[in-house]
Amino acid sequence: MAGKTLYDKLWEQHVVKERDDGTALIYIDRQLLHEVTSPQAFEGLRIAGRQPWRLTANLATPDHNVSTDASERAGGIDGIQDPVSRIQVKTLDDNCNAFGITQFDMKDKRQGIVHVVGPEQGATLPGMTIVCGDSHTATHGAVAALAHGIGTSEVEHVLATQCLIQRKMKNLLIKVDGELGPAITGKDVVLHVTGVIGTAGGTGYAMEFGGSAIRSMSMEGRMSMCNMAIEAGARVGMVAFDDITAEYVKGRPFAPKDDQWDMAVAAWKELVSDEDAVFDKVVEIKAEEIKPQVTWGTSPEMVTTIDGTVPALEDAKDDVERSAFTRAYEYMGLTAGQKITDIQLDRVFIGSCTNSRIEDLRQAAEVAKGRKVAGTIKQAMVVPGSGLVKEQAESEGLDKIFLEAGFEWREPGCSMCLAMNADKLGAGEHCASTSNRNFEGRQGYGGRTHLVSPAMAAAAAIAGHFVDVREF
Amino acid sequence: MRAFTVHTGVVAPMDRPNIDTDMIIPKQFLKSIKRSGFGPNLFDELRYLDEGKPDADNSGRPLNPDFVLNQPRYAGASVLLARENFGCGSSREHAPWALEDFGFRAVIAPSFADIFFNNCFKNGLLPIILPESVVDGLFKAVESSEGYQLTVDLDKQVILTPDGQDIAFDVDPFRKHCLLNGLDDIGLTLQDADDIRAYEEKRQQSAPWLFNAGA
Ligand code: SF4
Repeated sequence: MAGKTLYDKLWEQHVVKERDDGTALIYIDRQLLHEVTSPQAFEGLRIAGRQPWRLTANLATPDHNVSTDASERAGGIDGIQDPVSRIQVKTLDDNCNAFGITQFDMKDKRQGIVHVVGPEQGATLPGMTIVCGDSHTATHGAVAALAHGIGTSEVEHVLATQCLIQRKMKNLLIKVDGELGPAITGKDVVLHVTGVIGTAGGTGYAMEFGGSAIRSMSMEGRMSMCNMAIEAGARVGMVAFDDITAEYVKGRPFAPKDDQWDMAVAAWKELVSDEDAVFDKVVEIKAEEIKPQVTWGTSPEMVTTIDGTVPALEDAKDDVERSAFTRAYEYMGLTAGQKITDIQLDRVFIGSCTNSRIEDLRQAAEVAKGRKVAGTIKQAMVVPGSGLVKEQAESEGLDKIFLEAGFEWREPGCSMCLAMNADKLGAGEHCASTSNRNFEGRQGYGGRTHLVSPAMAAAAAIAGHFVDVREF
Repeated sequence: MRAFTVHTGVVAPMDRPNIDTDMIIPKQFLKSIKRSGFGPNLFDELRYLDEGKPDADNSGRPLNPDFVLNQPRYAGASVLLARENFGCGSSREHAPWALEDFGFRAVIAPSFADIFFNNCFKNGLLPIILPESVVDGLFKAVESSEGYQLTVDLDKQVILTPDGQDIAFDVDPFRKHCLLNGLDDIGLTLQDADDIRAYEEKRQQSAPWLFNAGA
């Protein structure tokens, strides 16, 4: 019998019951909640007179709507200026209080983007099933967990039953062997993968990142990578358990301790795909070939390298892609053949659940140190992923480096990743962004997003246009 | 979800075809963080003379006297009689939420839009399809007698009229089962509650750290 993949193992460990119609009842170990997709789920519980199945399985924090401006933030929930945002944050607060769910509220320094907070607290652990009403939940798969986004009715279903009705996915292995070049991060790897397999390449699959390049990658890098599995179509992204995972998890507030720790690590060592496991699809990538990535268009697969150019219409593979290219040139205000390094930028955003962890900020600060943001840049903002990341960065003096270079140093939250708060791009503005989606209007109506790694974003802020951080 | 067994209630006639979900609950109300409380804005544009705003107090708004639900004779109605293709348009679940919140338990029409039809069952609202001629007859009966009531018996799959007539209707057996027992997806999963508990117990032995309350 063939061996099992990491996904097979995680799935099997969580089957409560197989059903006749090919679905299975899957147990959920952890649900993360935020203010946007939870209100109707709580309301549903109330209407039906139900209680959460297991309170301690849930952890909540507001992130999408909170202001990143220190003075607005000082007013707490009542200080939020946009009424719709205020109501959503307030509702999360009320619901958590009413039902007794642990919340890191706006004033708690542990508050932050759910996908930063979960791993940081050890609330998302190896071997867990993890869900959240947010498509970037795949992030947590970096700790060898089975994590994916769900809709509001499923949020309610998990609250009430601690289970989901699921159908098993297929197995996809992204195998990155070799050694990544200097300044090449998880972000570059995943953008490269998206370019290779396309935004639908992973649809229907659980995506595992493996190979020697991944084995030596930091947890932060792995999280950036898994975070964007969904951008390549896969709801699930995962990395097998190893010493780097153990090292990262150890000592975190929710992590097992003492005897339990030893017991857990023994169990977690199984969380790897067996040597003889069979994947439905394998994509092999040579680590040495990955260069710093920059998206030029309005879909994450419209990506090229820093020494590349905006592709020509002839490079499109079919009519559908040709028309997508045409529309993207127009929306992005770019022409075919234009050099990526010639794209002039208006704003720079370093943050989001993809790239707002301490290592991301260190990489950006290293580039920014002793330099100045170009005069042509209207705004360069750094938004730490959580209050604890912010605190850590400040203790290392990163905030000073950014401020001296002319960056803004903000309060934690989703911020300009999706522009649900006041941080937005103006129409036509080009932004070097460390977030995960470059869709039309994502960062503000008419805004033009280019996805890059934190170091690339910092270098772009200083140069005023994209530059190769390896030569910077 | 509220179970539906036998329900008797006043019938309100909505005499126009293709009532879409935007008419049932206009889009400005979708910003709400709730799924209850849509009742006051059900059929907002037909029901009031001014423009409805989310979070506004609806009690002082000018009512459209011609609209059926504003007429005293239909006060407290809980059975909606409608024309063909009821519930067409967007897939918003807010439409059945609004009908249910207003107090409707059943909607009778010659045909329904698919998604709306499905959404009704998830929310304790029974949509009943009857032949055009039968629906026509009901419209006439409702209009000619004030306080006209119908009794819907889901188990027997019949509607009883005040003059002692039985009108049979079809319903998918699985949906009937769910509705009779008040089972939504969650309710169904909860039928496996013992399995879930057994799983938890086993897991707590093998991986106790998964059940720690945390910091
Ligand atoms: S940072 Fe962006 S992608 Fe991540 S959870 Fe927030 S809005 Fe979603």
